[in-house]
Amino acid sequence: MSDAREQILGGVRRSLKRGALEGEHAAALEDRLRRHAPNLVPGRAFGIAPRQLVDLFETQASEVLATVARVRSLDAVPDAVAEYLAGRNLPPEMTMAPDPLLDRAPWGKRPLLKIRRGAADGKEPAGVSAAFAAIAETGTLMLTSGKDSPATLNFLPDTHIVVLPASRMVGPMEAAWARLRHAFAPPDEDIGGSSMPRTINFITGPSRTGDIEQKIEMGAHGPRRLHIIVVEDETLR
Amino acid sequence: MQSSSHAFKDNAHRALNDPVLQQALGIMKTGFLDKRLQAIGNLPEFEALRDAARDIKNHTLANLDWYLERYESKVKEAGGQVHWARTPAEARAIVLGLCKRLGARNVTKGKTMIAEEIGLNDYLAENGIVAVETDLGEYIIQIRNEAPSHIIAPAIHLTKEAVADSFRATHTEMDPARSLVEPRALVDEARQVLRDKFFAADVGVTGANFLIAETGSSVIVTNEGNGDLTQLLPRAHIVLASLEKVVPTLEDAATILRVLARSATGQDMSAYTTFSTGPRRPGDLDGPSEYHVVLLDNGRSALLGTEFHEILRCIRCGACMNHCPVYAAVGGHAYGWVYPGPMGAVLTPSLIGIENARDLPNASTFCGRCESVCPMRIPLPKLMRHYREQDYERKLAPRAMRWGIGLWAFVAKRPPLYHFLAAVAAQVLGLLGRKHGSFYNLPLASAWTATRELPAPQGRTFQELWYKRSRATKSGADR
Amino acid sequence: MSEPDPADQPRVGLFVTCLVDFFRPSVGFAAVKLIEEAGCSVEVPGLQTCCGQPAYNSGDRRDSKDLARRTIALFEPYDYVVVPSGSCGGMIKEHYPHLFEDEARWHHRATALAARTYELVSFLHDVRGVRRVEARFPARVAYHDSCSGLRELGVKQQPRALLRSVDGLKIAELADAEVCCGFGGTFCVKYPEISDKMVSAKIADIARTGADALLAGDMGCLMNMAGKLKRDGHKIAVRHVAEVLAGMTDAPPIGEPKRGKR
Repeated sequence: MSDAREQILGGVRRSLKRGALEGEHAAALEDRLRRHAPNLVPGRAFGIAPRQLVDLFETQASEVLATVARVRSLDAVPDAVAEYLAGRNLPPEMTMAPDPLLDRAPWGKRPLLKIRRGAADGKEPAGVSAAFAAIAETGTLMLTSGKDSPATLNFLPDTHIVVLPASRMVGPMEAAWARLRHAFAPPDEDIGGSSMPRTINFITGPSRTGDIEQKIEMGAHGPRRLHIIVVEDETLR
Repeated sequence: MQSSSHAFKDNAHRALNDPVLQQALGIMKTGFLDKRLQAIGNLPEFEALRDAARDIKNHTLANLDWYLERYESKVKEAGGQVHWARTPAEARAIVLGLCKRLGARNVTKGKTMIAEEIGLNDYLAENGIVAVETDLGEYIIQIRNEAPSHIIAPAIHLTKEAVADSFRATHTEMDPARSLVEPRALVDEARQVLRDKFFAADVGVTGANFLIAETGSSVIVTNEGNGDLTQLLPRAHIVLASLEKVVPTLEDAATILRVLARSATGQDMSAYTTFSTGPRRPGDLDGPSEYHVVLLDNGRSALLGTEFHEILRCIRCGACMNHCPVYAAVGGHAYGWVYPGPMGAVLTPSLIGIENARDLPNASTFCGRCESVCPMRIPLPKLMRHYREQDYERKLAPRAMRWGIGLWAFVAKRPPLYHFLAAVAAQVLGLLGRKHGSFYNLPLASAWTATRELPAPQGRTFQELWYKRSRATKSGADR
Repeated sequence: MSEPDPADQPRVGLFVTCLVDFFRPSVGFAAVKLIEEAGCSVEVPGLQTCCGQPAYNSGDRRDSKDLARRTIALFEPYDYVVVPSGSCGGMIKEHYPHLFEDEARWHHRATALAARTYELVSFLHDVRGVRRVEARFPARVAYHDSCSGLRELGVKQQPRALLRSVDGLKIAELADAEVCCGFGGTFCVKYPEISDKMVSAKIADIARTGADALLAGDMGCLMNMAGKLKRDGHKIAVRHVAEVLAGMTDAPPIGEPKRGKR
């Protein structure tokens, strides 16, 4: 197989009429990676005040048929979850990510909610996750996999509920990448193969397909419903 | 995948006379086009983003070897493995080898053109491994044993009735009395059937819209979530990607993503854009324990630096074929291979040889609509014209055409001869066509007159009349 | 009335195009009238023949270059080159420079000529500032945007702007005005079935507007659409937009005989 590797790379270099890159040229490429500069960012995504960021996010997310509820603090989250499910006649049963943010919400207030912690097993009707960040430009949630955040919760249950502190909201995707680098890269290092989470899901609305006569139907394989609970508490990070 | 591109004309003939296909193509016309216009209408920076996206890809291609090596080292750092495949056969062998080592019997697949290109499904089946397509459109054509007709919407050529028929024929364990009239019922049934397959899979195979050099990540863009379940649930995740999928940084991916979904389906972002890096980490609650990337060359390195280089910028959005009037007339299958439409008219001959796909770059009016919507600004008509030039130089273009053009050029370089012949022909045809104003039938023009009237000339050429007029003015002018 | 000073009058070389020359000279005369009314003098180099596009699109670079060189040399002396066709105009303006990418001298000459070359209606509107014409054409008119004119030369608003000033004329926009009619030069005879399908879709679009007349700026498209309209039995008059703008609509529409049904 290394034979194939050498041949392929050799073929690339032959076609580009040069040998392997080194010296200044290679250093320039290293530099470009290190700077990882954003390219053009659309105007609608930046220079937005925090309050308006949430408004923009809500508008964008609603357009892609996610639903958005805004609460003042984590205290209100269990109520918000219970009311959402009851309001749609959905069973009060869920698997919840073992996320420290979700740990802090007073679930005891709603004892009728049947909550299982951990990864999804495919049988639960609803999943509850916490978002790492959200992108207001497109109404997109950013969820990262890890010991506290199983990615299966994002896809297996019919209903997906995501708790999102407003402080984790950014304008453009580029800002979300900046948050990721800050959170995951080791000190003095760039984010790289091992420091990246295994899965980063950017979720924009529920699952859908248009594969049958171009008529859009929800819940193709992933969740039919995506409900986002934005927690507007400045102290919450 | 075996190609039938050499039979384009026959394929097209069948397609033009297939009422079901024509009905389905009619539905496609409005959907993607209007949505795209709306999406880009909401983004004033769209044109500038197209330029930025093109520049990122150009930069990457010019340094592709360096970026591939960096990508590989990052994948390894994350605990994954990179396998290099020069040819489809090598790629197939790699995948089979991995499946065998893992004792895999069941494989789920997200959408990947590369798998089509290398004929993976059939090969796995021959070796006792069942590979199930999980993208709804791909699943439908899989059970029908057909090839995809469109990059983004592989089953776009099918009506819902056709889909229902296929489901009934395949999902025999279900209640025959169930209603499958509405798309909703079809989607629910597919969801149910495929959910079991997701859980049963030992290996999940996906493609990659992008490979990120700085982090060693692969990116998939879906709306259904099938790609995610494919790469999340099984023990191993295999990514199939061709070399030119590499982009340098996460920020570069963000830029190209902005033009991808808008160009493909008119969405600002697809429902799921997923970045995967290596296998599950210690402590992760889910995820595959192995992560493999198969990097396929199959002609890409040879295209670099040639006059067809720019096709390597293609991000497989499908906008070109959505806007192509020829594609709208004949659909994707007529192109005979994995890649249809305008990008296929360039990429297919590049990968399988122009001698096997001669019609593809020729069956175009060069209307230019494809180029005008391509988010990566690929000059598709120019690339098609290069194929025509190659053919002409090697005398491979049809003789009748070469002689016709040669004769035309011969006369056109001799103005007196040209004008004389034109004047004679205009008079003769003008006279013959006077009564009706057009010809129902004309020797040498039967390809035209078979379906259209050929308007008759007015009887004198402009040059004749102008010359006469100038002489009259001169002699009549007072001096 | 004082004579305009000839020194102010730009000298326009009219590139008449093969199809206008052979099939419909009245379009050429309409073009001349419009250009003269816009304050230019018009000359028609007698040695002009073909711009070379059929050879170019068939992959015959050698012949296209030969024809291009002749055309460039013939038209260089003029202040402007005006072409009653988006496709021939585009050939000269967009493709001639590309043809000579490897030949510095000819590239320079091609680029210089391209800068002074215009499709007819965009010349009148964009260069000469014409905003209205004195003409009458009481009809419901559909306008087809020929591909080269639209995408290579940006001809879209200009014909509509001028047509709006024509007395009695109402534009009925086609739903798919920008979709190719299926002519494509040699395409329509190399792939006649596909071409027929494309032109049929165009005809259906035209018929849906209830238009009495169809206009466009390219003879190839016009002949293709007129041929199909007539074969299918539609009673829609097809003309080149120059004829209507110049008020020269005495000649029968394309494909119709003299003393015909109209």
